[in-house]
Amino acid sequence: MIHKHDLIIVGAGLAGLRAAVETSGYSDVAVISKVFPTRSHSGAAQGGIAAALGNEEPDSTEWHIFDTVKGSDYLGDQDAITLMVNEAPEVIYELEHMGVPFSRTKDGKIAQRQFGGHTKEVIKDGVSKRVPVLRACYAADRTGHVILHTLYEQCVKRNVHFYSEYFILSLIIENNTCKGLVAYNIKDCQIHIFHAKAVMFGTGGYGRAYKVTSNAYANSGDGVAIAFRAGIPLEDMEFVQFHPTGLYPIGILVTEGARGEGGTLLNKGGERFMKNYAPTVMELAPRDMVTRSIQTEINEGRGIDGKDYVHLDLTHLGAAKLKERLPEITGFAKTYAGVDPVVQPIPILPTAHYSMGGIPTNVYGNVLADEKGKIIKGFFAAGECACVSVHGANRLGTNSLLDAVVHGRRTGKTMNEFLKTAELLPLPSDVGEKDKAYFTKLFAGKGTENTDNIRNTLKLGMTAKCGVFRNETDLKNLLGTIHELRERFKNVGLMYSGTNFNTELMEVIELGNLLEYSEIIILGAIERKECRGAHWRTDFPKRDDVNWLKHTFAFKTDKGVKLKYKPVTILNYQPQERKY
Amino acid sequence: MKITLSINRFDPAVETKPHREEYTIDVEPTYRILDCLDKVKWEIDGGLAYRRSCSHGICGSDAVMINGVNQLACQILVKDFKKNYIKIDPIPALPVIKDLVVDMDSFFDKYDIVKPYLITKTAPPPKERYQSQEDRALIDEAVNCILCGACSASCPSLWSNDSYLGPAALLKAYRYIFDSRDDGAEERLDVVDSNDGLWRCHTIMNCIEVCPKDINITWHLSQLKKRCTSREL
Repeated sequence: MIHKHDLIIVGAGLAGLRAAVETSGYSDVAVISKVFPTRSHSGAAQGGIAAALGNEEPDSTEWHIFDTVKGSDYLGDQDAITLMVNEAPEVIYELEHMGVPFSRTKDGKIAQRQFGGHTKEVIKDGVSKRVPVLRACYAADRTGHVILHTLYEQCVKRNVHFYSEYFILSLIIENNTCKGLVAYNIKDCQIHIFHAKAVMFGTGGYGRAYKVTSNAYANSGDGVAIAFRAGIPLEDMEFVQFHPTGLYPIGILVTEGARGEGGTLLNKGGERFMKNYAPTVMELAPRDMVTRSIQTEINEGRGIDGKDYVHLDLTHLGAAKLKERLPEITGFAKTYAGVDPVVQPIPILPTAHYSMGGIPTNVYGNVLADEKGKIIKGFFAAGECACVSVHGANRLGTNSLLDAVVHGRRTGKTMNEFLKTAELLPLPSDVGEKDKAYFTKLFAGKGTENTDNIRNTLKLGMTAKCGVFRNETDLKNLLGTIHELRERFKNVGLMYSGTNFNTELMEVIELGNLLEYSEIIILGAIERKECRGAHWRTDFPKRDDVNWLKHTFAFKTDKGVKLKYKPVTILNYQPQERKY
Repeated sequence: MKITLSINRFDPAVETKPHREEYTIDVEPTYRILDCLDKVKWEIDGGLAYRRSCSHGICGSDAVMINGVNQLACQILVKDFKKNYIKIDPIPALPVIKDLVVDMDSFFDKYDIVKPYLITKTAPPPKERYQSQEDRALIDEAVNCILCGACSASCPSLWSNDSYLGPAALLKAYRYIFDSRDDGAEERLDVVDSNDGLWRCHTIMNCIEVCPKDINITWHLSQLKKRCTSREL
């Protein structure tokens, strides 16, 4: 079956829905999502969305820009960061006008809280110092949830067409031009062709390649893998953020807002160990630093009872504040860890959380065909699946929702212009044939390899050998494992060959995607012989601006993956040593 | 430890009525029921169909009936049960697509009917619209709804009349009618103050029992009823 639309948006999280809001009314827009839109993982974001509104205390966009640049370990492109931060107040007010129920200050303004790496300048005794600032606009600890629902509601109001529970298989790109995509309906496994003048990906992150992760099942990096297979390079894939506070042992997110509200981190001796790592901002250092500090405590035997977790203590905040500001994580701790944060500390460990890398785009949302800035016509991306790059080597908390909303909106505007003159171009004659053949092969049921077994080996390997601390021996060893797993995957089989809501089929396709991009993460990590942001090489323990102040671009070639590099855009802030 | 799951299986493509299958699996007490379903699917029967995504009670995908109570499979653990025999069924009152997957189209159609979006009659100010903390508190609980459908599928009034809007849609109506920034109360009240609307709620309170976000839905509906009554006076 062939569907025709002006614009197909893939993914119904914050980036996709914000773009849908921007473009509906101008064009015939349809959104494809593998889950019902309000199930998208943007809804799991808890702590806030950054903007220098100055509602609680004086703040400035210049401070926000500097914090984001420094937080990125100077790998973020400063032109893109400046644009995003300058647009932040405007997009937040817009969200509020759409109905987002932000928490409020006493005088009825949007409430703001502290978050890691977000600072203001104070001058004391003639010395300039950066201390935490109230910049994260929040709705209790359900900020992503309320923004996701509000944007979906706006789409309902605008009659945006949704294809829910459709799963994308491949892009249709010819002569550097995107003409649509191939997807299938999860309900009946039927393959559908979507013919469009423009396609936008807002397909989310790639954290599911890790065993311990805060990511949803859906975050299998589908868009990233599919783009790569279609010949599009991937940027900075080795930069995977490990959030400091995942609930032990499974890694469910415990918001950084808990530390923003005053939560402390304690080792087995009850010591507030962050004083040894980031004396000025303590627990509110950027995530990469807090994560390494926690992992170091664990690795050196100072985890609680010698195990691989430390404590996040909120007991001094009191029951009333926890109920008002952090109700969701209070519930998680009780349900999954059996501890009541009012009276007990929460066991936490670092958890794979956010993908800084992804599909390269310019600041307008155009997908790049190479490291020199050539664009793919008719193909756009925004949000976590994209790499602009505003987060560089390490994203600051609350900049992710901001990125998704700002770039969803910016890309929407770009696509409105593009669609004024774009045409529906003829599809190739064999469109969808490759995907159909793959389905036929899988349903024939000859494969003998087990999906879960391959996936579990991959995830354990990624967490153990391509995690918080990395080294060449482990990475090369892991690369060998991935090659073996990819061979085994060719012979993967289905237990169930029915076509009615076959979720086993979906897991096979997702696993293919996990394997595709995990190899690129590892290759980028092997090559990058330095420590920068979330990429920490114990065998090259320093940042190396002479050789590595540049973005990785991974290309698919006949001879395997080829890495090239692109310079970082630096404007006002020259790299300096990163201390907090 | 070992547990046995008794799961309602139904593939309308090949069967005329549902049947039950039992699966005995090795689990840890801290496993979520969702982990148990995964284990069955991954190790025993790849055809077992259920929805899931976030796995920690915020996306609302995995509402199923566990031992007769609608709840999220990711929000209840093996150790929360006294017995090691657990019955799992799809949430009732909605057509089954396969096994534990139900067709939620009618649920979302009702959501669309109540105009689930902010309606304003004045142009927005340059910055945010102000809202007092007291006014925000009126919608504190209502905005937490994750649209999992556990409430509506537990409502006897809805079982007996499937055109009833049901608790989830009515809660959404409340969420905007009681939002101090909204000007759409009248048009929304016209929808809920109707034959298939609010008055079909007979305060049976099953919805409160099952809501995974602990929302006191019946209280919100009673506030809506008060609002409708005062409108008619």
